[in-house]
Amino acid sequence: MAALPPKYKPNPKAPRQALPLLNPEVRAKTPEEVALGFTPEQVGVEAQRCLQCAKPTCVYACPLHIDIKRFIARLADGDSQGAHDVISEQSPFPGVCGRVCQHELFCEDACIVAKKWDPVAIGSLERFAADHARLRMKELAGTYTQPTGKKVALVGSGPASLIAAYDLVRLNYRVTIFEALHKLGGVLAYGIPNFRLPREILHEEIARLQNMGVEFVVDFIVGKTATLDELFEDGYEAVFIGTGAGLPYLMGIPGENLVGVYTANEFLTRINLMEAFKFPSAPTPVRVGRHTVIVGGGNSAMDAARWAKRMGSETTILYRRGRAELKARLEEIEHAEEEGIRFVFLAAPVALHGDEHGNLKEIECIRMELGDPDESGRRSPVPVAGSEYRMPVDTVVAAIGQAPNPTLQRVTPQLITKRGKIVIDSSGQTSMPMVYAGGDVVRGGSTVILAMKDGRAAAQSIHMALSGAPAEAAVEEVEQ
Amino acid sequence: MNRILAKRQLAPEVVLLEVEAPRIQKRWKAGQFIIIRPLAESERIPLTIVDSSAERQSITMVIQAIGKTTREAVALEPGQALADLVGPLGEPATISSEQRVVCMAGGVGVAELLPVAKAFHDAGNHVTALCGARSDAYRILDEELRSAVDVLQWATDDGTYGFEGNVVQLLLSMAGPGTFSEGHVIGPIPMMKAAAAATRGWGLKLHASLNPVMIDGTGMCGGCRVTVGGEVKFACVDGPEFDAHLVDFDELARRNRAYREMEQEALRHQCRVGLSD
Ligand SMILES: Cc1cc2nc3c(=O)[nH]c(=O)nc-3n(C[C@H](O)[C@H](O)[C@H](O)COP(=O)(O)OP(=O)(O)OC[C@H]3O[C@@H](n4cnc5c(N)ncnc54)[C@H](O)[C@@H]3O)c2cc1C
Ligand SMILES: Cc1cc2nc3c(=O)[nH]c(=O)nc-3n(C[C@H](O)[C@H](O)[C@H](O)COP(=O)(O)OP(=O)(O)OC[C@H]3O[C@@H](n4cnc5c(N)ncnc54)[C@H](O)[C@@H]3O)c2cc1C
Ligand code: SF4
Ligand code: SF4
Ligand code: FES
Repeated sequence: MAALPPKYKPNPKAPRQALPLLNPEVRAKTPEEVALGFTPEQVGVEAQRCLQCAKPTCVYACPLHIDIKRFIARLADGDSQGAHDVISEQSPFPGVCGRVCQHELFCEDACIVAKKWDPVAIGSLERFAADHARLRMKELAGTYTQPTGKKVALVGSGPASLIAAYDLVRLNYRVTIFEALHKLGGVLAYGIPNFRLPREILHEEIARLQNMGVEFVVDFIVGKTATLDELFEDGYEAVFIGTGAGLPYLMGIPGENLVGVYTANEFLTRINLMEAFKFPSAPTPVRVGRHTVIVGGGNSAMDAARWAKRMGSETTILYRRGRAELKARLEEIEHAEEEGIRFVFLAAPVALHGDEHGNLKEIECIRMELGDPDESGRRSPVPVAGSEYRMPVDTVVAAIGQAPNPTLQRVTPQLITKRGKIVIDSSGQTSMPMVYAGGDVVRGGSTVILAMKDGRAAAQSIHMALSGAPAEAAVEEVEQ
Repeated sequence: MNRILAKRQLAPEVVLLEVEAPRIQKRWKAGQFIIIRPLAESERIPLTIVDSSAERQSITMVIQAIGKTTREAVALEPGQALADLVGPLGEPATISSEQRVVCMAGGVGVAELLPVAKAFHDAGNHVTALCGARSDAYRILDEELRSAVDVLQWATDDGTYGFEGNVVQLLLSMAGPGTFSEGHVIGPIPMMKAAAAATRGWGLKLHASLNPVMIDGTGMCGGCRVTVGGEVKFACVDGPEFDAHLVDFDELARRNRAYREMEQEALRHQCRVGLSD
């Protein structure tokens, strides 16, 4: 830490520090994390780019209201543990958010420095604070007292429930998270690859909640293993539903059920959750052939493509719109390009063809051109008649979006839904009393940070309802 | 949790496990299944719930050891625990009343049939069970079935017990259009396909309980998709039971073969690891 300057002299003109990355050729062969994180020297420069604004717009823009200004000041002092403590006031997940949060849409978008230069690299600084405080997690473990208050159940262990658990356990509630799968984290565990979010980071940040007294129950599907009513009978006084949007859309084209055709969820679950990239050391296989085509342009598409590439396949992303319309995080798109993934824009699959054993052999596509803007404001793709063409392919992954998980809604008709999404009021409450919801099950596919924002708002509402506490912090959360 | 309370060898390679599962025991219905991981490093595999005991807070499953994971499961002993157990999954079987019902099963499917046959019987149907096995030594749960149904007949491939031939041949030897009004079939895919083909036009409503490859079992991956009447269904949440006359069995068979070579590789790997220990 000696390399850090002792005194704080803002220097926003210094170039924004580039996150060191693993060399693309190495990357294409390993599940190791791509982004290596800032060096202490870089942190010295980057932290000094912050103006320590009197009105830090970044803090308001962060949906968790992390005190960015203050944690950056600590980093500039070379005090990464102090920075971690500041972040912990709002979030126990700097290691996760510093890596996967879409900061370009939130804190960094609002950074004053961006008016003239590149914004302060808040996400990477957050990550640095997390990585350099990691060793302390064990130390923190012994310092918590067990909660003794009312019981609250959280359904699903994705980011929405995780942050709600953090807020509620600090208010002394006895919190239980019920998770359908055998591992915790929701999309963070089964969707987002190791090379973007190493599993130790996720496990350690979740373990911190465990140390604080949050109880985790895996292999428990609310609606199947027990109903919502049974949770209340078991003494839970409020329930938060954070079951996410895990129901994959299918392409609806001929040949979709050929062997070698996956949804992004199945492909990523096999590889991330079941570790098929280690097959046969891990027992779950995945079929990645010589040529893989990923259909779609969001985070799932990038993640699936980058795994396919790492498993030795020539990989193409097929997207029906143009590059500007890709929905994934910019960083992931750039990383995918660097890794040699081919992008074909303005084309869509119309059929998949197989051999006599039902194995995928060819993909038939049609070219698109951009027509009039659709309801999302984006110009909608229109097929060009007669432009069909075929290419050989062994593996196709459909990464075209997900709808809310329906399991709980199916057996709980009292829960009002709109196109599968659970409907909530401004306090986060569903149509059932003391049942709250947030994250992707309410929004459809969204982002980690917005799921956390919802989880936090619901935790506030639950606290208000169970304690009659005044409405302070929750008020400003109402605008979405 | 998930402790094994009892284990019984029913036939070569077929083992019954009784496992502590208080929640599932209370809620399950005939036709539903669970997903287990025998060991912390295992694959997730689906197994049918065969029976339960409120007194012992347990459920029973019957496992045929065919690959890596099922072998890991049958190697466990009472006192040990399954690493993971989740359920009950899927929709319960359709159980109508006051019908003449035929229940058909082959191999380990006989165990999976037991709760469905019982449920049909308890609902006031006249139940005939036609069960198949390779030979006499491979017949399982004869006593349990006999006490659950009105008529039980066996078919063995080699004729060492009961009818010589398979279950569908047995069915054709004793029934035709109008004999039964409702049916349930569970077993190897070729057998289910043959049963559907044989009964087309019989005016028999035949339900098949399908066994595609599954991962999560919660409707999240789509790996278990099957085509039924031209529509794509997720067997783990829409099924596992579907109208046998509408199922695309050829597609199901192709999809279930998808990992055959890789599974064999996994098994070899397991053996090698086992040898070097
Ligand atoms: C491949 C992929 C990559 C992504 N990358 C990014 C990214 O880089 N940055 C970003 O901001 N966002 C990203 N997203 C989106 C982001 O992950 C989600 O918006 C976020 O995880 C939603 O959080 P959640 O808590 O609402 O639900 P989820 O994370 O979906 O978690 C829901 C959990 O609930 C469990 N569950 C469901 N039903 C039940 C039930 N009945 N009982 C018990 N448990 C149940 C599920 O098993 C799951 O574990 C990505 C999404 C995907 C699919
Ligand atoms: C809803 C449902 C209920 C089931 N109930 C039972 C049960 O009660 N008892 C029981 O013994 N088995 C049952 N099965 C089948 C069981 O899940 C498979 O035998 C198991 O997944 C095989 O795993 P493995 O690793 O041992 O074998 P693998 O090494 O995965 O497979 C060995 C061989 O079996 C084939 N195979 C793989 N998966 C299946 C499958 N799902 N069905 C049929 N063949 C398959 C493979 O193609 C391969 O040739 C059920 C399956 C489903 C979907
Ligand atoms: S959580 Fe996201 S928005 Fe908030 S400071 Fe971190 S990167 Fe920025
Ligand atoms: S807006 Fe930018 S410059 Fe101002 S405090 Fe926040 S990070 Fe620093
Ligand atoms: S097993 Fe994944 S959707 Fe059915």
